[in-house]
Amino acid sequence: MRKQLMKGNEAIVKSAILAGCRAFYGYPITPASEIAEAAAEYMPRAGGVFLQAESEVAAVNMLYGGASAGVRCMTASSGPGISLMQEGISYMAGAELPCVIADITRGGPGLGNIAAEQSDYHQVVKGGGHGNYRTIVLAPHSVQEMADLTALAFELADRYRNPVVLLADGFIGQMMEPVEFPEQAIEGQTPDWAVTGTAASRPNLITSLFMDVDDLEAHVRHLEQKYRCAEHLEARAEEWQAEGAEIVLVGYGIVGRILKAVTAEARAEGINVGVLRPITLYPFPVSHFKRLALRARVFVVVEMSNGQMLEDVRLALDGTRPVEFFSRTGGNVPSHEQVLDLVRNLAKRYSIAPITEPAINIDEERMANV
Amino acid sequence: MTDAVKRDRGLLKIDDQECKGCGLCVEACPPRVIALGEHLNHYGYRTAVYAGTGCTGCGICFMACPEPGAITVMRAVANRAAAAAIMSTGQEGSPSCASN
Amino acid sequence: MSSEQFSEYTVVHGRAKSFYERYDRKPELQHQTHFCPGCGHGIVHKLLARAIDELGIQDRTILVGPVGCSVFTYYYFDVGNVQAAHGRCPAVATAMKRSRPAGIVIGYQGDGDLSAIGSAEILHAANRGENITIIFVNNAIYSMTGGQAAPTTLLGQTSTTTPEGRSATTEGYPLHVSELLATLQGPVYIERVGLGDNKQIAQANRAIHRAVENQVKGLGFSLIEVLSPCPTIWKMSAVDSQHWVRDVMEKTYPLGVFCDRTKEAQPRRLPPEPPSLEAIPAILDIVNDDSAEASSAANKATKPIDLHVRVAGFGGQGVLLLGEVLAEAGLEAGLEVSWLPSYGPEMRSGTSNCHVRLSDETIDSPLVTAPNILVAMNEPSLRKFDKSVRPGGWIIYNGETFPTDCVRNDVHVLALPFTQIAHELGSARAGNMVMLGALLEVANGLPQSSIDAALRRLVRNTKWFELDELALSRGRELFRESFQEV
Repeated sequence: MRKQLMKGNEAIVKSAILAGCRAFYGYPITPASEIAEAAAEYMPRAGGVFLQAESEVAAVNMLYGGASAGVRCMTASSGPGISLMQEGISYMAGAELPCVIADITRGGPGLGNIAAEQSDYHQVVKGGGHGNYRTIVLAPHSVQEMADLTALAFELADRYRNPVVLLADGFIGQMMEPVEFPEQAIEGQTPDWAVTGTAASRPNLITSLFMDVDDLEAHVRHLEQKYRCAEHLEARAEEWQAEGAEIVLVGYGIVGRILKAVTAEARAEGINVGVLRPITLYPFPVSHFKRLALRARVFVVVEMSNGQMLEDVRLALDGTRPVEFFSRTGGNVPSHEQVLDLVRNLAKRYSIAPITEPAINIDEERMANV
Repeated sequence: MTDAVKRDRGLLKIDDQECKGCGLCVEACPPRVIALGEHLNHYGYRTAVYAGTGCTGCGICFMACPEPGAITVMRAVANRAAAAAIMSTGQEGSPSCASN
Repeated sequence: MSSEQFSEYTVVHGRAKSFYERYDRKPELQHQTHFCPGCGHGIVHKLLARAIDELGIQDRTILVGPVGCSVFTYYYFDVGNVQAAHGRCPAVATAMKRSRPAGIVIGYQGDGDLSAIGSAEILHAANRGENITIIFVNNAIYSMTGGQAAPTTLLGQTSTTTPEGRSATTEGYPLHVSELLATLQGPVYIERVGLGDNKQIAQANRAIHRAVENQVKGLGFSLIEVLSPCPTIWKMSAVDSQHWVRDVMEKTYPLGVFCDRTKEAQPRRLPPEPPSLEAIPAILDIVNDDSAEASSAANKATKPIDLHVRVAGFGGQGVLLLGEVLAEAGLEAGLEVSWLPSYGPEMRSGTSNCHVRLSDETIDSPLVTAPNILVAMNEPSLRKFDKSVRPGGWIIYNGETFPTDCVRNDVHVLALPFTQIAHELGSARAGNMVMLGALLEVANGLPQSSIDAALRRLVRNTKWFELDELALSRGRELFRESFQEV
């Protein structure tokens, strides 16, 4: 299929429909509205449902209904809207309903602004709603990944019967890059647990209510089991010139792109630096950190938040390596130059020996598995 | 018919394990043939009891009762064929409603 | 039970088929409901189960349960069951019906659920005229949570949160949901019934049957409000609470039909068959474009390219389109490309800018903080970005003269009144394309055919396409003229 220049927000919808998604419930919010607009255009043509709800609260509960009916369905929003959706996300995790939620983040707290920030990390990766649950979180850093990870999100949502969040920033959503889609559309299968208004599904029940304390505990343990399983099987990260790097830059989404540019220049200056870019934020790719820590002297977390992923990096490294932090917020983007300066300073401070040969990028192969 | 006693048109069956003794059926019954019994059931409720005669089979007590199966109302029929006819209309609704 | 037959008597009223015989989902006392003695919910459950039986829709029925005393609808109803969050039943039901239109979706809600926390969801589902049925049980109080005031609590009625009785000045007036929803054009049937005596119950039975039947016929949104006793919270006997419904509650909430459009409503049809999977890529506009493939060999870039372009100007000057044509041409030429706009209100007014990258290699960052070409469409844009241009880079500036205080020795400058030039060509709006023409001379390596293909894809109007082509070649000429003179 020919590569097409396309906005990330549009790529999500096309990829979703190819992945069998046949219902979109949303509410407008900058910078995610193009997703709803594209869904309004394409979903009915593909035989699916598009509905603009009266609020994000209604939208996420429509998702609950659509998922209960066994249909692959999705919504999209941004920070303030995701805050409102937390109720439904908790219910869906509790009732074990699959769905995909695209969060195209913006600045906060409160109304914040509409510029790109990465400050939804806590509310999305750490839960945000009530109860013992997790959401699987995927963080694309290009338009191609917006498409690929959307398809993956539907797969994971069904596999784990759990909401999956696509956490992207306004840049990735608004940016146009060439994107290639799979040749074949997939048909979403109606799961046997769904309530579809048929004789076969009549005995089915969708609920997150377990009145008996032991029943609820058993349910919580069951959910936990699924999350442990996901932690073993689904953690993904990209290592970019990170093999043997003594300074490891860590960032996701648009920051990952900036860190790659910084790495190219820093290596040209002889600084032994590489990038570790988490692709799944939950499950967090802990094993990548542990492995790179064998060689790395210092990890540098760069975030467009006040240090939300930073906590997970520290937990992953468990005190074995120092973690430096650089952040911009409010919609400011860490500039290439700022991060490069930081890397130069750290190279001096940690007396990093200059690299003699240019590193070979062997890590792209690892990406092939994603 | 050679029966010496005239039969009631209706007959009540009350499930004393399901009845909670709220008394709504007692209040609802037009011929006043239901009362609350003296005995406590398994759960500690004084349940409704049928007086034994006088039921018209109107079904009003059934509609007033909050429990799905605490009351069963029966109606006297001449023969089995008539019973079947009542069963098919009374329980299944009219065919026109069910067709869609 | 229904098959039970005595020699002389036959069952005419017994447990509905749509109820389970035994409540296996209930943790204990599986022979009884969890409702208090005399609770109205039990009666409403029975009326609803009866309607489902009578309409022969048990297999098709999806019951969406609420939060509140009737949260356990799935203990009792032998139908497809979904339990919704507090107040969200209409949203859940909406989506289920939309995706499963052959199902009969019935929402069951209490007055706290529907009239307080779920007031937005019910209003909009009703207004959309969703083809669903809502059974709204109004007992004027929050029962399950222990008797707090609801929007439906009567004036003067005491509750745990209105210990002195509800006062209009502090808690407002009882909310008349049926009357309120009847003002909308969406619903087809709204009726308020009561459980206050035998006659009222008989009418409730008819109304609930009708509301479900409306959906079976595809007529649209129906809601039945049922005034229902709560002996426990009202602290009355079952019989007294029944009378209170009739004698007191009904005065605030008159019974009757508030909206009936069933006669004029057009039955909805099931949606058409969805398109085949094979048709999906074409629907999404992502199928192979053979003509583009065939021509692409000729469009390949003729030399290595690594462009970091920043385009800036006022909204309406064509900033984003210039960038998009450049990126699309790069893609056509087989390069890696990215295009990143400034977005939000900036897009709608005031300044606008975009970042464009074209490269033979994978593009690391799509953000262009140090451009090698800056296209500045006005002076403020020039002043905002001129210092960021890399040494050896280019500034293409839309202005007669280049501001002297912006002059740098280490960058090239092409300053011309591009808008004026475009105006002379036919429209000032083509100024962006004259500038792009000059840029392409600087970038030098993208074949004209790749530009043509990009422009054809993005500018569908023939008149504008021709003008833009003209503007592009004028831009190229101007560049050559300017730098031959140097």
